[in-house]
Amino acid sequence: MSFSEIFRNYNWDDIKSRIYSKTSQDVENAISKPQRNLEDFMALISPAAAPYLEQMAQLSHKLTQKRFGKTIQMYIPMYLSNECQNICTYCGFSLDNKIPRRTLTEKEILSEITHIKAMGYDHILLVTGEANKTVGLEYFKKAFRLINPSFSHISLEVQPLDQHEYEELIPLGLNTVLVYQETYHQEDYKKHHPKGKKSNFDYRLETPDRLGRAGIHKIGLGVLFGLEDWRTDSFFTALHLQYLERKYWKTKYSISFPRLRPHAGGLTPKVEMTDRELVQLICAYRIFNEEVELSLSTRESNKFRDNVIKLGITSISAGSKTNPGGYANAPESLEQFEIDDQRSPAQIAEMLTRQGYEPVWKDWDRAYGGG
Amino acid sequence: MLTIGDKTFNSRLFTGTGKFNSGELMKSALFESGSELVTMALKRVDVNSDEDHILGYLDHPQFNLLPNTSGVRNAKEAIFAAELAREALETNWLKLEIHPDPKYLLPDPVETLVAAEQLAKKGFIVLPYIHADPVLCKRLEEAGVAAVMPLGSPIGSNKGLKTIDFLEIIIEQSNVPVVVDAGIGAPSDAAKAMEIGADAVLVNTAIAVSDNPIAMARAFKMAVEAGRIAYEAKLAQPIGHASASSPLTSFIDEL
Repeated sequence: MSFSEIFRNYNWDDIKSRIYSKTSQDVENAISKPQRNLEDFMALISPAAAPYLEQMAQLSHKLTQKRFGKTIQMYIPMYLSNECQNICTYCGFSLDNKIPRRTLTEKEILSEITHIKAMGYDHILLVTGEANKTVGLEYFKKAFRLINPSFSHISLEVQPLDQHEYEELIPLGLNTVLVYQETYHQEDYKKHHPKGKKSNFDYRLETPDRLGRAGIHKIGLGVLFGLEDWRTDSFFTALHLQYLERKYWKTKYSISFPRLRPHAGGLTPKVEMTDRELVQLICAYRIFNEEVELSLSTRESNKFRDNVIKLGITSISAGSKTNPGGYANAPESLEQFEIDDQRSPAQIAEMLTRQGYEPVWKDWDRAYGGG
Repeated sequence: MLTIGDKTFNSRLFTGTGKFNSGELMKSALFESGSELVTMALKRVDVNSDEDHILGYLDHPQFNLLPNTSGVRNAKEAIFAAELAREALETNWLKLEIHPDPKYLLPDPVETLVAAEQLAKKGFIVLPYIHADPVLCKRLEEAGVAAVMPLGSPIGSNKGLKTIDFLEIIIEQSNVPVVVDAGIGAPSDAAKAMEIGADAVLVNTAIAVSDNPIAMARAFKMAVEAGRIAYEAKLAQPIGHASASSPLTSFIDEL
């Protein structure tokens, strides 16, 4: 059995109305229980929870420190390619965007590595579009052989792959794969992904199952906020998380919170998610699941990031470039999205220290192997 | 004095190094705790760097290093990590932690036993982190471990000695030191563990995450000492409510 079979038992509109009918009593129950289930999560992300935000934040703060201590993990993305055969209505790399396309050569990858290492990083996230012919398994294998000697922890955010492809990359150092469903609203998903392999909703939905079967160490989940009702999408993310935790119990999980950002050929968000709502969601995840890692990128503003690290976030990036070659080779090439927090890793580290947190640069070792 | 393997300890409080908000604070708190054995995850140590910050802060005669294998999922990975730790940190002491479940970090008894047998043969001083399972403790003892480290409750949970009935059996039966590890959330939990005869306790989260880790370290130091003294002085046993009459045996006097 895979997640898509479970998913079929749920109806979007039904879930949405259940979330919107949660009461303050439901929220109070959820906050005061020692363990929370999906019903409680619905209450915590519902409009009824809005007046309880400070209480939720305090609880989330306490639970996060208990589990993760006074530390924040540091990672940085490296964009390997912006070639893409998909049309995604919200993405700067979309096939129909007339931008110069670039895939890093081996030499370029090496110079990006040098630049990133000089910033102090040891955990790296590799990102591409989806161009299976040029940026497929063989390209990834080459890239891993170049990158693995320099980093303790490698994450991948690329097109969904087959199980055997993940199994080939794990021994080369692949530790974590991020695969966001973008939206669990199937019809809306089709609208936003009209062309390319990504238009296959089910193949994407079952990617975490393939990863779990491949024995990956960590899987990152999430949706893109702005496409659909964030509360309903987040319920499905939590449902997915719970299913995966029970089935692939040796795997760790993380959640990310990308909100639509301006980019070339930009899409105006259909549903605006306010800062207050994003804080509510971060706290709701932590209260629902004390162990899941919560990650926040440089899409968000300085002030927002400085404050939410205390509320449940466990890993952040800094000094990020979202264009291939952005660090050393082609600083001016087109970005996937504009970053907001432009501070350097050293500035972010100083901000963390000032707030009583230790930035953690290394929390894995190559010696442990990927698998 | 407590002896494990080739070392003797004045302090029966062992400590962890995770979750502190700075290396400086970690060092001060660990000094204050009096701890002489501190564990650190190999994955946090940059063995290729001469100035790894965790090791730098712990470079002091008070601290003996106890590298741990946190992050490994099976015996094979644990043995590999152990060899790396021995080479990098120049100690054959090892806290063997195999918790394939990243959620509650509960130890895998099967893989732990397999790894402990092999590591003991390779000359490691093995301290395995395990569930409070008395039979497993005996098996590990036969495998040649230097001590056993049963949990009080899940790592980082601060829930105290949920496994106390089994800890008592382990302490009663063990021929190697018993170190209660994980879940100790308050000095009173540590004192309780010492009162029932644990040889030592290992504490991390409760110190590191408190608002004042240095003061909390001192509190744990005092609690561990008090609990040990009480154990050695032989605690008075609790007695059920007193009863003046003896309805079941008074007939004897009437015979």
